[in-house]
Amino acid sequence: MSIKETQNFPTSQDSDSLEHPQNEQEVENLIKKFYKSNIPIELIGSGSKRKIGKTLQCTKTLSLSKLNGIIEYLPEELYIKVKAGTSIKAIEQELKKNNQQLVFEPIDFGYFLNGKSDYGTAAGQVACNISGSRRFKVGSIRDHVLGFRGVNGRGEIIKSGGVVVKNVTGYDLSKLICGSYGTLVALTEITFKVLPLPEESKTLVINNQKIEKAVHFLDKSISSSNDISGAVFFPDKPIISGSSMNIENTFKLNDLKQEGSITAIRIEGSKSSIDHRIENLINELKIINLNISILEVHQSEVFWNKVKALEFFSNSKNNIIRIVIPPSECVNLIYQFSSKFKYYLDWGGALMWLEVFELSEEMFESIRRKVVKRGGYVTMIKNSNYLPYVEDVFTISSERFNISQNIKKSFDPKSILNPGKMYTGI
Amino acid sequence: MPKIDRKLISKKEEVANELKKIIKSENILYSEDETRAFETDGLTAYKQKPLIVVFPENTKEVSKILSYCNKNRIKVVPRGSGTGLSGGALPTEDCILLCLGKFNKIIDIDYKNRCVVAQPGVTNLSITHSVEEKGFYYAPDPSSQIACSIGGNVAENSGGVHSLKYGTTTNNLLGVQVVFMDGTISRLGGKTYDSEGYDLLGLITGSEGLLCVITEVTVKILKKPQTVKAALIGFSTIEDAGNCVSDIISNGIIPSGMEMMDKALIHATDNFVKAGYPRDAEAMLIIEVDGNEIEVKELMERINKIAKQNKLTSIKISKSEKQRLKFWAGRKAAFPACGDMAPDYYCMDGTIPRGKLAEVLKEIKRLSKKYNLSVANAFHAGDGNLHPLIMYDANEKDSLEKTEKFGSEILKYCVKVGGVLTGEHGVGVEKRELMCEMFNNNDIQQQIKIKKALDLNSLLNPGKVYPILRKCAEEGRVHVHKGNTKFPDIPRF
Repeated sequence: MSIKETQNFPTSQDSDSLEHPQNEQEVENLIKKFYKSNIPIELIGSGSKRKIGKTLQCTKTLSLSKLNGIIEYLPEELYIKVKAGTSIKAIEQELKKNNQQLVFEPIDFGYFLNGKSDYGTAAGQVACNISGSRRFKVGSIRDHVLGFRGVNGRGEIIKSGGVVVKNVTGYDLSKLICGSYGTLVALTEITFKVLPLPEESKTLVINNQKIEKAVHFLDKSISSSNDISGAVFFPDKPIISGSSMNIENTFKLNDLKQEGSITAIRIEGSKSSIDHRIENLINELKIINLNISILEVHQSEVFWNKVKALEFFSNSKNNIIRIVIPPSECVNLIYQFSSKFKYYLDWGGALMWLEVFELSEEMFESIRRKVVKRGGYVTMIKNSNYLPYVEDVFTISSERFNISQNIKKSFDPKSILNPGKMYTGI
Repeated sequence: MPKIDRKLISKKEEVANELKKIIKSENILYSEDETRAFETDGLTAYKQKPLIVVFPENTKEVSKILSYCNKNRIKVVPRGSGTGLSGGALPTEDCILLCLGKFNKIIDIDYKNRCVVAQPGVTNLSITHSVEEKGFYYAPDPSSQIACSIGGNVAENSGGVHSLKYGTTTNNLLGVQVVFMDGTISRLGGKTYDSEGYDLLGLITGSEGLLCVITEVTVKILKKPQTVKAALIGFSTIEDAGNCVSDIISNGIIPSGMEMMDKALIHATDNFVKAGYPRDAEAMLIIEVDGNEIEVKELMERINKIAKQNKLTSIKISKSEKQRLKFWAGRKAAFPACGDMAPDYYCMDGTIPRGKLAEVLKEIKRLSKKYNLSVANAFHAGDGNLHPLIMYDANEKDSLEKTEKFGSEILKYCVKVGGVLTGEHGVGVEKRELMCEMFNNNDIQQQIKIKKALDLNSLLNPGKVYPILRKCAEEGRVHVHKGNTKFPDIPRF
């Protein structure tokens, strides 16, 4: 751990250090001022995901929460344009009135980072680009941002994209902004692509399967033409002392059997087509004689909402690690981890969440090495008191680091926007 | 185009000899007869022979060529199959045209990870062919899919008629291997969903060969749907057809494809392929839905009902796969069919909010009268992507210039109603001077800074996408007299 990092403790800032610009013009003026006087700033929305990435200790904090409100929503054009600090909850409520949704399923990090539900803001979701269980089917947040406006590190207002889906005019900066953790621009306005809500959702559950078989079922379901939209696996083992991830307590649903592991497959669409597809899946997977059950509409929704809210980690005081790998590597990787860590799988095995009790920096590096070797990447999403600071929260290769540094400079030459949030020097 | 390096042109043999140290001599062409074949791409109105054409065979060779060119300040224009419609692969007189034609192998078919790894010169359609025995396919299907290369698709972020439901190239891409202008070889993405750090994969997709040369592509493959059906629906007015499109979407239906053609194009294409189109209709929709049998049946019934509410004049639903393909054959032949209508045509590519369709088509009609040039309209109605095809005769004096003016007025109108300059063909050389219709100085400067961050000397695909003489500069702060600025040597961008 470097000395520099150990200084990055969260500090209580005096009220002068916190700026609440009311509009884009004020964001522009403030960043211009900070640019001229070389003052690094931390950008926040509602702060719900502030703990992801390295903790910053900047002279100034700029909250975008006052840039709040829906600018334009045209359901028939399938887009919604919002001010950056608009809460995801408000957006989803508005969309629901027209039976529409943000199909990438914004994750509720509130429960396990701050103890209560908080989806955060539009800008926060875009900055982190961490998408829900539909990822393998519909893409991630970056696939649903049609355009944005924001202020770069020179204090200049810039825009990219538009309100239409098909657009190849100039570089696609919307993609670059997604997952940039506020290190390139302070977002002021975002246009999301929206899609219809499915008529209904049901979930096919297979109990008591070992990981190989479970991943095989998930893989086969995704690779089938049954158009599934969720594929998770919750193992019942290992039981690890000190670990608080508790599936049984999280999913208290009447129709969900708590017999061994849970393999769950979500099917969405019109009522009759769902039943037909479930029937197809049962036949294609040849699982009629296994321990299977179906979660009907209401319980299915509750189940996936709990997955989206990462509720099983709610009270965890441990380190939480997110791993993305090629799905074919999932089982082998789990074999290297499974006896030591609590985990569950999403995206049919392409996404893995680990809860690690008493994680050491060496253990973390060893996990990273194993994942990178298999073509994946690792993010430390939550630090614990046991290991509060880690040198590299994110993963990057050296040549990509150099390219990223050049990109950063092109937006923010003096490195004043969230400096070091992702990588030291970016 | 950017200033020509005359000195370099005079040293052609010398440069060719240097290149022979990097790649086999039979992979270098530089006599005028040989380079003529590469003087244009799908936008045939522009022609320029390159200085030298090279055909590297592997990534290392690409890296060495770029590194050599970077050191010696030689411009490089990358080229896939040359089917692009905006002049994105148009050479400059002093450039090395880097052709990826020898990168024509599929490297890995990986069903476990539902992806295909291919070299960039592989055609779009061969990716689907390589996996269809197991019932898989690659979703983006640009009309030129039989010939266009997957590397070119990435460079242009190509779409197709099914992008409404399945997205464009950028949504179906998992990873690439690229070479930057300084010779750095890098992997962006891989076989995982998303990657950490900046989304460089997203940035280079659709960057029109300005940021790097693509040497390997990993794309997502999907299982073919169980059932696919298409409907041909005729309307007596464009407005009715447009309202039908909006109502379908408002009712929560996302068809896999939703195309519109106007009367001129219905006739042209029906003459060309005898697709059975409703020839009395003013506008026709081709709507395709896919999924399981029950779902498709339900959706078709709902679409039929909505179309009836919007005063359809005819409807035909495909009864067999053969008939469905026939329905599409006309639409896919829209461009060649226009060959019957006039000696030349010019294809435009703006995107507009769907609801503005009737307004934009009315304006196109007005402009058609103003310029005295007829137009046929093909429209990816589902995603608002409009392709007006302007008929002209290149042998007539000034006709290309007149056509281009007409086209740029259409695109400006698209921007005015909240749309964009190009939905899938790219900016290229064709639309670069229109960029300031959409972007202001800050926006363009930011993009140019990204270009410089990855290609410091601006050598890769020069003269494309960004305005050379910015029109906004002409009209604004910088006075331009007869095409000359006060200090013409200072690069403005």
